[in-house]
Amino acid sequence: MNRFKDAEHLLRVAGVFLIGVTAFLLFRAWFVPPSFGQYGHYRADSMKDVAALPVVHAGHEVCESCHSDVLDVKKAGKHAGVNCEACHGPQGKHAEDPGSVKPVLPDTSVLCARCHEANSAKPKGFPAVVTAEHSMGMPCNTCHKPHSPKIVDDDAAKGGKK
Amino acid sequence: MALPLNNFTYPNETELQWSILIVLYPFITGLVAGAFILASLERVFRVEAVKPTYRLALLTALAFLLVAPLPLQLHLGHPERSLEMYLTPHKSSAMAMFGFVYLWYLMAVLVLEIWLDYRRDIVLLARSSKGFLKLIYKVLTLGSDNISEGSLRVDDRVGYIVTVIGIPSAFLLHGYVGFIFGSIKANPWWSSPLMPVVFIFSAMVSGIAAVMLLYMALTKIRGEKISMPCVDTVAKYLFYIFIIDFSLEMLDLIHRIYEADESFRSLDFMVHTSLWIPHVIIQILLGTLVPIGILGATQLLPITEFARKRLYVLAGCLTLVGIFAMRWNVVIGGQLFSKSLLGYTTYELHFGSREGLGTAIFLTLLPLGILYVLARLLPPWQHHESAT
Amino acid sequence: MNMNRRFFISLTGAAAVAWESLLAGSPEESPNYKVADHWWAMLIDVEKCIGCGNCVRACAAENNVPEGFYRTWIERYQVDDENMTEPIVDSPNGGINGFPQRAAGTGLTTGTIKEFFVPKMCNHCIDSPCTQVCPVGATFTTPDGVTLVDEKYCLGCRYCVQACPYGCRFIHPEKHVAQKCTLCYHRITKGLTTACCEACPTAARQLADLKNPKDPIHEFMRTHSVQVLKPQMATGAKAFYAHLDGSVR
Repeated sequence: MNRFKDAEHLLRVAGVFLIGVTAFLLFRAWFVPPSFGQYGHYRADSMKDVAALPVVHAGHEVCESCHSDVLDVKKAGKHAGVNCEACHGPQGKHAEDPGSVKPVLPDTSVLCARCHEANSAKPKGFPAVVTAEHSMGMPCNTCHKPHSPKIVDDDAAKGGKK
Repeated sequence: MALPLNNFTYPNETELQWSILIVLYPFITGLVAGAFILASLERVFRVEAVKPTYRLALLTALAFLLVAPLPLQLHLGHPERSLEMYLTPHKSSAMAMFGFVYLWYLMAVLVLEIWLDYRRDIVLLARSSKGFLKLIYKVLTLGSDNISEGSLRVDDRVGYIVTVIGIPSAFLLHGYVGFIFGSIKANPWWSSPLMPVVFIFSAMVSGIAAVMLLYMALTKIRGEKISMPCVDTVAKYLFYIFIIDFSLEMLDLIHRIYEADESFRSLDFMVHTSLWIPHVIIQILLGTLVPIGILGATQLLPITEFARKRLYVLAGCLTLVGIFAMRWNVVIGGQLFSKSLLGYTTYELHFGSREGLGTAIFLTLLPLGILYVLARLLPPWQHHESAT
Repeated sequence: MNMNRRFFISLTGAAAVAWESLLAGSPEESPNYKVADHWWAMLIDVEKCIGCGNCVRACAAENNVPEGFYRTWIERYQVDDENMTEPIVDSPNGGINGFPQRAAGTGLTTGTIKEFFVPKMCNHCIDSPCTQVCPVGATFTTPDGVTLVDEKYCLGCRYCVQACPYGCRFIHPEKHVAQKCTLCYHRITKGLTTACCEACPTAARQLADLKNPKDPIHEFMRTHSVQVLKPQMATGAKAFYAHLDGSVR
């Protein structure tokens, strides 16, 4: 009995630890989010959170559903593979409410150079010009129609250099 | 050696991710581990000479361990979510698992050992003190009033076992911190199996040096005589462990230079430029070679007690600076170069920001304040009357 | 043009779903979407990239990316054929405004010089080191192969940023949580493509679904040499690069 009495304080320590562990487990059961662990070590609901974020670009199929006339022109030209929002910027809001949200027409003197300004790092064969020499400051749509940029009318091309 | 013409870092790499607070954190946990190892020298390995430092080492370890989470909390983007590490720890994450190693070491090793060693004094103080202090001591007794010879023998036995478990636990504590860095394959400055080992040995060096300095300073302040056999023995262990630590760091360096893998050119340039002063001058020269030289001299040459004491203080201070520099060079150094291995960035250390120099200084001094309170509450100076 | 809802039911499935989602205001996952049916990847053809920066701009707009941080970016390489291990690389603002022609006398001036653009993004690794180190499970790979961040759970400890070999993660300066490319999960689960692919004028970037037997990536990978970035890291990266030069970091 004496032995037990002399070790009794250790039991008190063990008791404190036990209380601590129990409190922790209870807290854990209450706190951990419900969907945690459903697919793996994460909160599965966060996948839904990300999936629910607002869509900003409408996507070319949505644009083409209304603007099929532009699509017909574009399909036949060099810009067939260029999607609408690549030049016009994100138009999700316009697609949602076409009447009240009007897209701003991009300025071709800035827009076109982004792709077509000559740069030694661009792939060989990609159509590029030194705009200062080619258009001498004139906006590109003076001669080129952006949806089908190949110039067919020779008059419009006068004065421009290739 | 030809160097990159341009400086290129990945666009997201402009600011450093981990600040001086993350330098401080391994430094603090290193002091804890090192102080504990010094305490275990007496308890387990029966090195009688260092007995005067035993209780001080334990209290020092506790004071620093209590402060250790603070730099982490201040660094987190969402400190209010930090409990998630205990509630949903990701078992593959060294950082998460470390939370439990920390908790284990704090509660099942350090606090338990201190309690067992001090229990007799706590009970006596509970009986003799008054008012609020009496309440504190009573709570600390956990309600047990038994300080018979038998119970103290039990304490001694269990304390011995706790210390024996505590030694690998201390290695685990700081080795894990090393592993947190050493397991990151994306960072060639960190990724190394040597990292946990280097961290452990540099931790021991810093902890032993810190306790040695504290012992000498506090004994002087109290007007008592410094036990020369004690500090001579502590300095001897410091010397030996320092040699091992230095060898490990040199091994890492030589291995890097010899293998010269794809990261070598970029890292070599960094060490020769932005890390020249912190790494070569402060860490290696002033923080390692000079203290080793001083300690070696005190071991090999006949030097008076007067001079030895001052040399120990000098060596101890340089050691602490050197080990802090080592943490700096690992943490900050590991972020100064780009993962593209083609460029570098700079670390802007401000004084007043949340993760600034002011905070770092405060967090370094805070444990000393806590140690003061602990030493008042649980005086380490009475003779350790074990029931042997 | 007077369009009504009935008209749109007759549209292609994806457009219809997208349109419905847009009208709904706060869109939810398409009811037809099953995670088990998809295994997402990205195909990037370096030879087609013209460095226009459309992808960087589109991503920033789509995902509200804070200025100075990048969920995707473009790097320009200049490589000397005698020294592949030291390319000259630049990425002015991640390439968000394209790349100015290098001024005469800067960069490499001698040697046989090769130049090209490389788009970079999160590689949505199968054995991703970033998810491995996250202490709480705030970043993870979904069953359909997209690595995401749970912004409500992330502590902002920055361990994942350290662990990513590709530099594609960052900490949001105001939200203080980790952020990165989500492969436009909010779009691809509705049958849309990612913003960067939508905006790319040369189809240098193409979203791929490896579980879809009709996806063009299967034929492409059969007929081309394809690489991943930093293969020695064994991250199981799923951003596949065609025509990737050995000098690329």
